[in-house]
Amino acid sequence: MSTTLDSAVASAARTDAPPAILMDKVNKWYGAMHVLRDVSLSVAEGERVVVCGPSGSGKSTMIRCINRLEQHQEGRIIVDGMELTDDLRNLDAIRREVGMVFQSFNLFPHLTVLENCTLAPIWVRRMPKKDAEELAMEYLTRVKIPEQARKFPGQLSGGQQQRVAIARALCMKPKIMLFDEPTSALDPEMIKEVLDTMVMLADTGMTMICVTHEMGFARQVADRVVFMDRGEIVESGTPDQVFNDPKTDRLKTFLSQILRGH
Amino acid sequence: MSDSAVDPRLLRPPPKRGMRLSWADERFRAIIWQVLIVGVVVGIVWWLVRNTQHNLEVRRIATGFGFLNREAGLPIGEHLIEYTPASTYARALLVGVLNTLKVAVIGIVLATILGTLIGIARLSKNWLLSRIAGAYIEAVRDVPLLLQLLFWYTIMQMLPAPRQSLNPVTGVFLSNRGLRLPWIQWQDAHSFALLGFVIGVIGAILYVRSARAKRMQDGQPRKVWPAVLGLVVVLPLVIWAGLGAPWQGDIPALRGFNFQGGFSVSPEYFALLAGLVTYTAAFIAEIVRAGIQAVPAGQWEAAEALGLSRSRVMRLIVLPQALRVIVPPMTSQYLNLAKNSSLAVAIGYQDIVSIANTTLNQTGQAIEGIAIIMAVYLCISLSISLFMNWYNARIALVER
Repeated sequence: MSTTLDSAVASAARTDAPPAILMDKVNKWYGAMHVLRDVSLSVAEGERVVVCGPSGSGKSTMIRCINRLEQHQEGRIIVDGMELTDDLRNLDAIRREVGMVFQSFNLFPHLTVLENCTLAPIWVRRMPKKDAEELAMEYLTRVKIPEQARKFPGQLSGGQQQRVAIARALCMKPKIMLFDEPTSALDPEMIKEVLDTMVMLADTGMTMICVTHEMGFARQVADRVVFMDRGEIVESGTPDQVFNDPKTDRLKTFLSQILRGH
Repeated sequence: MSDSAVDPRLLRPPPKRGMRLSWADERFRAIIWQVLIVGVVVGIVWWLVRNTQHNLEVRRIATGFGFLNREAGLPIGEHLIEYTPASTYARALLVGVLNTLKVAVIGIVLATILGTLIGIARLSKNWLLSRIAGAYIEAVRDVPLLLQLLFWYTIMQMLPAPRQSLNPVTGVFLSNRGLRLPWIQWQDAHSFALLGFVIGVIGAILYVRSARAKRMQDGQPRKVWPAVLGLVVVLPLVIWAGLGAPWQGDIPALRGFNFQGGFSVSPEYFALLAGLVTYTAAFIAEIVRAGIQAVPAGQWEAAEALGLSRSRVMRLIVLPQALRVIVPPMTSQYLNLAKNSSLAVAIGYQDIVSIANTTLNQTGQAIEGIAIIMAVYLCISLSISLFMNWYNARIALVER
């Protein structure tokens, strides 16, 4: 296990450009429960990382630490050259560069689709409303729902809502996108439309970390798959290595369970 | 995804269903029930009116509102308008209505402020603060309001007499005759300054709105506080100074057995206001807590992940959604407070119930007296409801 960790950090050190995200021996506890154990991960700019693992393995907690929706208690996290500390200015700067898409969409139900998308550009990026609306329409067009702009989230299907959530995050023009099980709350026929949107986004060269169990998606776009179990990174490698040649028993068990489920 | 071409089958209107004259038909059954219920209600009302008319005739009681123009002859301690015992019953009742409004309006404002603060304290991460708020809510909600009013009134009665009154700050006296505060001798300059203040507040609101509209155009935030400060504070001060800056204090002073001058709050009014505010605030606190908790944590997370500051998240995301939950039960609490003010009669505050009660005792016009009380509360309650429904519709419009 330690060898894979070292190699992850070492590979980050080898590239010339500084990594988009660097997590170094990050630890976190909920009360007495140790939910992240010495998690070290380096994500290069433009890299697409898929994180998988059984539920309760700390995947979501890990990516939520990256924009500090959760606070780590030990170790360092450096995002886009800025370290996550208690300094609120750093935090604001990081959140501006990191977009996030949630399992339960979390659209603002009292605002229209368009207002959901223009809110942050107007109030955080200080963009004129007209420009923000043009930008929002551009991204809504890219996720293929410009005609829904004047509707409220409650009037949309789950898949449409998740695509709005992606457009909303993209309107901040983030350098990094985090996806926290974006398709887990969707009906099967809607999963594809969201995955297609994410593939399209991956093709633009966006740095992405994606917690998902969609193996097809992982094989199609991931540069690297990270397998987590019980709060630690157990294995990581290309999709081929991880899915076809698992080294550890834990990963083998996990893969057999997923394949049985599908 | 989107289908631009509409399927013609989707345009077919739903079929119209006829009604069968059968007990098995749901709509037929509903109509029969409604006719029956309306009939019963009309019957009961008709019987009540007939019965009353008959009894009044038998007892030879004259009905009508003619008594309102007679001299009341009843003393009233607190009156917002000119009143002497020689005034008419109509004027006495008007004094009562104004006294009820005085406690209800100020009570609603104070209970809302106190209740909101306690509700937020209840949600605080600070253990002590949240427990104190919780204990307050439980204790105050569980004791009947009448007991609490008597408690507050007893406290006021237990204060020392005016000669030994508590004097925490120069000019402020607290005794069993109530609270006395220093005031200013009101002059035209003060009225104009007050007018300037009102205009300043309206101007400030318009200014903030236009600044927001301008921000929407070019995206740049603007400092609004200098202009707001100027309009709300400096403008009335300039008017006041321009009119000679009159500054004659009206300091309460002990003359004989009581105080003269200053601004006075009677012990009855203070006890009633304190009781109503502390009692209603406990319920409002729970409503505010429930409203804020009704907004899912995911809303905070999504907004913060976009880089919005906590205050913006509160104002733009959480509050608009919480208000939707808060406003309808809040309306009920406002109505409760207004109607509970009728308990004033227990501690001798002369509100509309107290004065109408005396009126009907003196004149024997019980039906008219009760009708007046009912009409007054109906008007107050309907006004509160109309305003709150208008407000609810306004925020609901923003919602959906």
